Amino acid sequence: MIRRLFNMRAPLLPRDAGGEAWLAGLIAVLCFLACLAAVGAVSADRAAQGWARALRSEATVQVRPRVGETGAEAAARAAQTLAGVEGVDEAEAMDRKTAEALLRPWVGDAVLPDLPIPYLVTVRLDPAAPASAVTLGRAMAEAGLDATVDDHSLWRSEVERSAGLITLLAAAAFLLTAGAAGAAVAYATRAGMAAQSTVVDTLSLNGASDAAIAGLFQARYGLLAAGAGAVGAVIAMGLVAALRFLGGSEGVTPALPLAWSDLLILSPCPLLAATVAVVVARVTALARLKRGH
Amino acid sequence: MSVQPRRAYQSDSATATVRLSGVGFGYAATHRTLQDVNLILPAGSFHFLTGPSGAGKSTLLKLLTLAEHPLTGTLHLFGEDATMVPRRALPAFRRRMGVVFQDFRLLDHLSAFDNVALPLRLAGGKQADHAGDVEEMLDWVGLGDRMDDRPPSFSGGEKQRLAIARAVITKPDLILADEPTGSVDAVMAERLLKLFQSLNRLGTTVLIASHDEALARRSGANVLRLEGGQLTGGGS
Repeated sequence: MIRRLFNMRAPLLPRDAGGEAWLAGLIAVLCFLACLAAVGAVSADRAAQGWARALRSEATVQVRPRVGETGAEAAARAAQTLAGVEGVDEAEAMDRKTAEALLRPWVGDAVLPDLPIPYLVTVRLDPAAPASAVTLGRAMAEAGLDATVDDHSLWRSEVERSAGLITLLAAAAFLLTAGAAGAAVAYATRAGMAAQSTVVDTLSLNGASDAAIAGLFQARYGLLAAGAGAVGAVIAMGLVAALRFLGGSEGVTPALPLAWSDLLILSPCPLLAATVAVVVARVTALARLKRGH
Repeated sequence: MSVQPRRAYQSDSATATVRLSGVGFGYAATHRTLQDVNLILPAGSFHFLTGPSGAGKSTLLKLLTLAEHPLTGTLHLFGEDATMVPRRALPAFRRRMGVVFQDFRLLDHLSAFDNVALPLRLAGGKQADHAGDVEEMLDWVGLGDRMDDRPPSFSGGEKQRLAIARAVITKPDLILADEPTGSVDAVMAERLLKLFQSLNRLGTTVLIASHDEALARRSGANVLRLEGGQLTGGGS
């Protein structure tokens, strides 16, 4: 009566056509996992970018002294030369004490005095327009210095490759999750159509087109997935927010730094879940109807 | 009831509402439920289809509702070949017919009002536009005071009347009714018959499948007899 008074239409599909509670629970869990995968990918990429940036802004130059020149003198001359190169912010010769301090954890005190420690110059590059290894090497050669420049490109490419791999794995996890959600919706649509075969038949015999009937199932499962996706996303948001709050910008580990903006990337999750459900439910329902469900 | 005829009575077989030529059908390869059925239902005609149980009455109605395709022969509906009609074309045919199923096929989760409004809704009508017609139709079949009740709370006779109301609400060109008086007493059967007759007078072609031969004779309609899958009397 109330529905008629307000011209509200009763749903043509009965409630819970084919057990929808389990589907909602499953989609919520899958969305939660997809959100964690997405945040993990963004976070790993952020960490890798930070590391790569740090590596990109530094270079190390190893100097070999000429005859009649001490290593410390050669390093000082190299630092002076490098400081004048465009794209270099600062160049500093590393003294033996500092080099020993770096090696001590690895080799211990006993052998340090006998070790031939290389003479190094630490170069801090202009982050906006860093000098390349070639430029630094040329400056060294022009100054008559025998030196090897390491711009950390090997490490940087390793870090970037690892970040790319993690992002790829996260994307694969995300796609697999979407695939699992799609498979669940397809199964639920088939079950729903089987459970409501009399209703489907009646609608069809009363003039409903296949598209209209499929539309009922896609609307039903689309709304359900949107709601379940929202629940999964909100739980994931809560977890990420808690980790960000407790761990600061580094989250739980420096390898996965978290930002408050990460919460924003989770917001489209309900829409994505609904899109997957709508497409899968429609395709499944139309295929079933074509085969005579 | 403000039912208006869609088209004038036409007895020309070329414009027949239903035309079956040599139609055969069977669920099993070795047994034909229908064999070489030839039948013409002119627009605006009123026919009873009688015969014993298992004669093929319901099967014939299934072919006419396009729920099944004939294995042999041709089937024309409303002047168009519907023998092997593709699925996408089914709604256009079905919206021109009203079907009363033997098992009613009411949607239990919908109210009586929504059940009757179903064909209008599926045809794209707005509830505000057809609410008056639906209420009038429910009054007409004596269920005006039960619009908000759901079918499970209805008796067999009430379900039957509800199913009939749903079948005729769109003022279809063709009404197919499978044993529409099977669940009601004699008084109600006569009342339902009068309902079909008044629709027929407005130009609707009516085909009623019934095992009640006495009712068929009393109706004054053309009586077709189906026996062993073949029309043995009354067919064209």
